[in-house]
Amino acid sequence: MKLYEIAHSRSGDKGNISNITLIAYELSTYHTLASAVTAGRVKAWLGNRVHGEVQRFELPQLGALNFVLLNALAGGVTASTALDAHGKSLSSFLLEMEI
Amino acid sequence: MKNIRIGSGAGYGGDRIEPALELMKRVSLHYIAFECLAERTIALAQREKLANPAKGYNSLLEHRMRRVLPLAHSQGVRVLTNMGAANPEAALHRVVDLAREQGLKGMRISAVLGDDVQELVRRNPELPQLENGRPIGELADRILSANAYLGSQPMADALSAGAEVILTGRVADPSLFLAPMIYEFGWAAGDFERLGQGTLVGHLLECAGQLCGGYYADPLRKPVPEPWNLGFPFAEVDASGSGYVSKAPGTGGLVNRATCTEQLLYEIHDPSAYLTPDCTADFSQVNFTETGPDQVAFTGAGGRAPTDSYKVSVGYRNGFLGEGQISYGGNGCVARARLAADIVRMRLEALGIKAEDLRLELIGINAINPLAIEERPGAMEVRLRVAGRTAGREQAEALAGEVEALYTNGPAGGGGAVKKVEELISMVSVLVPKSEVRPTLIHQTT
Repeated sequence: MKLYEIAHSRSGDKGNISNITLIAYELSTYHTLASAVTAGRVKAWLGNRVHGEVQRFELPQLGALNFVLLNALAGGVTASTALDAHGKSLSSFLLEMEI
Repeated sequence: MKNIRIGSGAGYGGDRIEPALELMKRVSLHYIAFECLAERTIALAQREKLANPAKGYNSLLEHRMRRVLPLAHSQGVRVLTNMGAANPEAALHRVVDLAREQGLKGMRISAVLGDDVQELVRRNPELPQLENGRPIGELADRILSANAYLGSQPMADALSAGAEVILTGRVADPSLFLAPMIYEFGWAAGDFERLGQGTLVGHLLECAGQLCGGYYADPLRKPVPEPWNLGFPFAEVDASGSGYVSKAPGTGGLVNRATCTEQLLYEIHDPSAYLTPDCTADFSQVNFTETGPDQVAFTGAGGRAPTDSYKVSVGYRNGFLGEGQISYGGNGCVARARLAADIVRMRLEALGIKAEDLRLELIGINAINPLAIEERPGAMEVRLRVAGRTAGREQAEALAGEVEALYTNGPAGGGGAVKKVEELISMVSVLVPKSEVRPTLIHQTT
């Protein structure tokens, strides 16, 4: 199963740090997300971009995980030469993960 | 004590104006805030101010205020905005002129000054950059701007002094929305629980359309009604800091638990420690309840004392960005685009052009995709994008020019070439003690 079947996601940026939320459509599937999508798996999945640590924060009451990806935006939107310098599309690529 | 309704009129500097006007017409607001400063916006405005000391405020200030002022004045809605950018004082004079032109008499307009701390930063070259730990002094003459993220107190003071419009430079985004709550409800500077709740409201509203189905819609899984008519949000809050968010009735978009959850965590790191100049807000226990159509109640925000520093965004000249793009189609288009990339790479080497963060990527294959590169054998069109950061403008122009030159010198069938060269203004951050920064207010009445 791909993550997009059970969760939605939004990316944000602050300087060179990207954060990506992963939110279960149904609260009942939160535990599936929480056990399958570890910080380590996210780091490995987006490894071409993320050059720093990945931290995970849990908000079970909202069925949400928040991943904070350090050194993930080539210096950040004001310095990077990337097409999607904000990393707005990273959320969609996270949802491609197979669990 | 009454509840207050605070609207969101803009989520970024170039945002639409119509949804803000619709919100003001359809909801009985007490306040509306326009958040218009991205990280870099103020540095670009500072560059404009250097060229013309009467400029340096948001370029849409006039366009917006010409339409907002009459509505605000007649309905008693007070306006807060960081559209002052690098020059809130000039913005104040401009808005006073606009109000007078429209015959709006007795309108008190205020500006918050003091966020510009360039002198302070220059006097303290040893301040470490938060991003890399190196001293800020290494950027020396390349520094263009340095602005502290001020909190809500100066704006609350301006409201106490009767301001109907408040123009600021850099303030923390949620503070634009928190200030009316502090003023109306008399929340004490040490009441961090309330300040945390008000900060939640500000954080939910600060990106305007993003709470109402913007940056959210997905026709397959998350359909949004009439997204072309997306409404802007507002919150109704009581003195305890409780309340709900909603949007202008009769507009497109939607507000539900999912849109609120996405926006709650947008640009948040540790949800239990969201640092603002007003407090360290705790969003980790926040919950949302749908209480009506497009109406969501929020609970559970808290707060602790803020740090004793202001975060300062420092803008500096970081060389030039050169970029070129060209498209290929039909059988073998990917191979021709790759050949085009090889040609550009070899030409840049031969010309001795050094570019940092050089990208030769294929839009449609690997330009935004961070996953392992797919071959996409059946692709019928692909677009080469070359971009790099150079020390001088000439190198950036040469880089972009090499892509354009593929028209006559490159693989078969290259079309739609574009190029772009611009000075790159980048941002880093430092912390300065709050005691070193003195926010001040100026007022004028029409």
